[in-house]
Amino acid sequence: MPGLKQAGKSVYEWFEDRLGLGKPVMDALVHDVPESTASWWYVFGSAATVLLVLQVMTGILLGLVYSPSAGHAWSSLEFLDHSIKLGWFLRALHGWGSDFMIAIVLIHMAQVFLFGAYKFPRELTWIIGVFCLLLTLGMAFTGQVLRFDQDSYWGLAIGASILSRVPLIGGSLVKLMLGGPIIAGPTLTRFFALHVFIIPGLLIAMVAVHLWMVLRLGINEWPMPGRLVSKTTYTRDYQKLTKDTGIPFVPDAAWKDAIFAAAIMLAVMACAFFFGPFGPTGQPDPTIIQTAPKPDFAFLWIYAVLAYLPPSMETPVLFIAPVLGIGAMLLLPLFSPQGEKHWSRRPIAVLMVAVIAVVLGIFTHLGTYTPWSPIMDAWTSDPIPIGYLHNRTPLERQGALVLQNKQCRNCHSIGGSGGLRGPALDGIAIRMTEDQIIRQVLQGGGNMPAYGNALNPSETVALVRFLSTLGSKNEASAIDASRDMVKAAPASPASPGAH
Amino acid sequence: MNPNDTPDSLIEGHAEQTVIDEATRVRRAGHSRRSFLFKLSLLANGAVGAVMAVPIIGYLLGPASKKVSAEESWVNLGSVANFPEGETRLATFRNPVTTEWDGQTGDVPCWVRRTSGTTFQVFAINCAHLGCPVRWFSESKLFLCPCHGGAYYEDGARASGPPERGLFEYEHKLSGDSLMISAGSMPTLAAGASTPLPLTQITSGTQSSAVLMPKPRCASCQD
Repeated sequence: MPGLKQAGKSVYEWFEDRLGLGKPVMDALVHDVPESTASWWYVFGSAATVLLVLQVMTGILLGLVYSPSAGHAWSSLEFLDHSIKLGWFLRALHGWGSDFMIAIVLIHMAQVFLFGAYKFPRELTWIIGVFCLLLTLGMAFTGQVLRFDQDSYWGLAIGASILSRVPLIGGSLVKLMLGGPIIAGPTLTRFFALHVFIIPGLLIAMVAVHLWMVLRLGINEWPMPGRLVSKTTYTRDYQKLTKDTGIPFVPDAAWKDAIFAAAIMLAVMACAFFFGPFGPTGQPDPTIIQTAPKPDFAFLWIYAVLAYLPPSMETPVLFIAPVLGIGAMLLLPLFSPQGEKHWSRRPIAVLMVAVIAVVLGIFTHLGTYTPWSPIMDAWTSDPIPIGYLHNRTPLERQGALVLQNKQCRNCHSIGGSGGLRGPALDGIAIRMTEDQIIRQVLQGGGNMPAYGNALNPSETVALVRFLSTLGSKNEASAIDASRDMVKAAPASPASPGAH
Repeated sequence: MNPNDTPDSLIEGHAEQTVIDEATRVRRAGHSRRSFLFKLSLLANGAVGAVMAVPIIGYLLGPASKKVSAEESWVNLGSVANFPEGETRLATFRNPVTTEWDGQTGDVPCWVRRTSGTTFQVFAINCAHLGCPVRWFSESKLFLCPCHGGAYYEDGARASGPPERGLFEYEHKLSGDSLMISAGSMPTLAAGASTPLPLTQITSGTQSSAVLMPKPRCASCQD
């Protein structure tokens, strides 16, 4: 055995004499870091890097089979899922790895922000990190396109429609994005190039620079309330802290990173195994219009925001908001490179993280059930509750049929089923008088189209009669108060002027 | 120190100085020449790079520089008998510009409305909001979009929801028994084509808003 060990050492030295990489790498691994940085809060960056490695590896493996041709991509995914041994698992790992990577990168960003790590001298590390986030999201979007199914096809249509709103050059940008006049073969190949060559290349380079700067500038020390960052003293203080409390990164601090990375990997594998791969949904055939396209999880919040923006504000918001948001992230460290790092003394920072997280969470939640979208088959699939047909006149029952046939259910729910776009019609008679319902149905208003052209007078009467029965035993139905007043004072001589 | 030594040492030192200067001068001259040549080589590479960039940028921008007229052409949607009067039906056509590997993506659907005899309207499938496929509901006489809930009346005018205008229309003509449309590129709200319609919900307004739609031709939406 000693002979073998000796032989191994001499082989290592043969390479080391020629490469000279072993010593600098070893020095980097065991370099001293302040003891306070060996924390479970400091594990997200390394976990994100490990996930990137997973994505690169699984991506290459999927590339062995995937066919980046518009005519065949969808079938090659089906082939991966069903005909290649464990192809489904590789697809699932890549898909779940992507979701985990976005989540971990966002958590890493929030942690770094709350710990003030973007301040001097790590401003550029933060800025590079912002680019890493944008590139990660770029990978997620282009990856969704490569899963060339209905969602992918119509996601491209949404992307192209957004680009078309750019003033002056919108039309050219659309063609540049699609690689031609329509979403087709050249569109998929350029997104393939983006997803497989361009963005990963940039991302790996950015991560390398990011890591290099962490090594060069040191890991951010655990912030202490009242210990302010000053450009004149920080470097000296940090060096002293490292000298006084330094521990070697490997193994004293790195074991936590390693344990967390392993846990994350295990979680990705568990999700992949139990929940399987994402899609593909229906074939990317635009003539199949029975579809309700939806983006992947990371973009659901944008999808929701686009549903709620008023038409007149949409284009300005689409192009100004990202510039402001990304600009603010990039400029943050340049505007506040010094001062307090600790979250307990930075209430606005904490509030911002909380508000952004809640806003993203709410919009994402809305995106999961899209209350603004009509439910296209509700009118044929959801029956009127039987209770609403009891003790009704023939005319009122006829109205229930009109309600069903005219597809009111696609936007209005009754008895808990139907669309959520308009208000539920249970108890509508409590809120609106018959006259008001007639006006609303015929002329529309708010977010409702006018149905004057789609209903004849007898249908309208039947429908409104039925709706007027949808009251409650415990609440009085809406009445027109002015009608009683008019009835009560028919002889008043002043009435013509009062109208 | 002997004052007589001084000149000697000075001379000696001076001679040494001269020798060093000579070697340094030669080296400096060589350095100056080589650094000039290096700068020249940078310049040469810059020039080569610039020349190389022209075809690369031209290649990249190729799809954007194509004229709309080159992509738009007349497409046959089939016999008018397929489109009964008073009805709106889905028609599909093969895009005039396709590649062999486009597969199903080269098939494009559209909505054909035949109001009477020879009066047609051909609507793009893409919602004017963000391009999702709108669906026709004949009973409520509405086009509804599954993505963000845009709604349009039977004549394509905006009814409600986030779209800022009515449905895109293809230019069409009758050629003998066939309905032809001018198609070729994805209809979008590209520059200048967005015309905000009055947000009225009054029924009588639907007719007039259809008339207000500026150029009822999809091609006009591009550029």
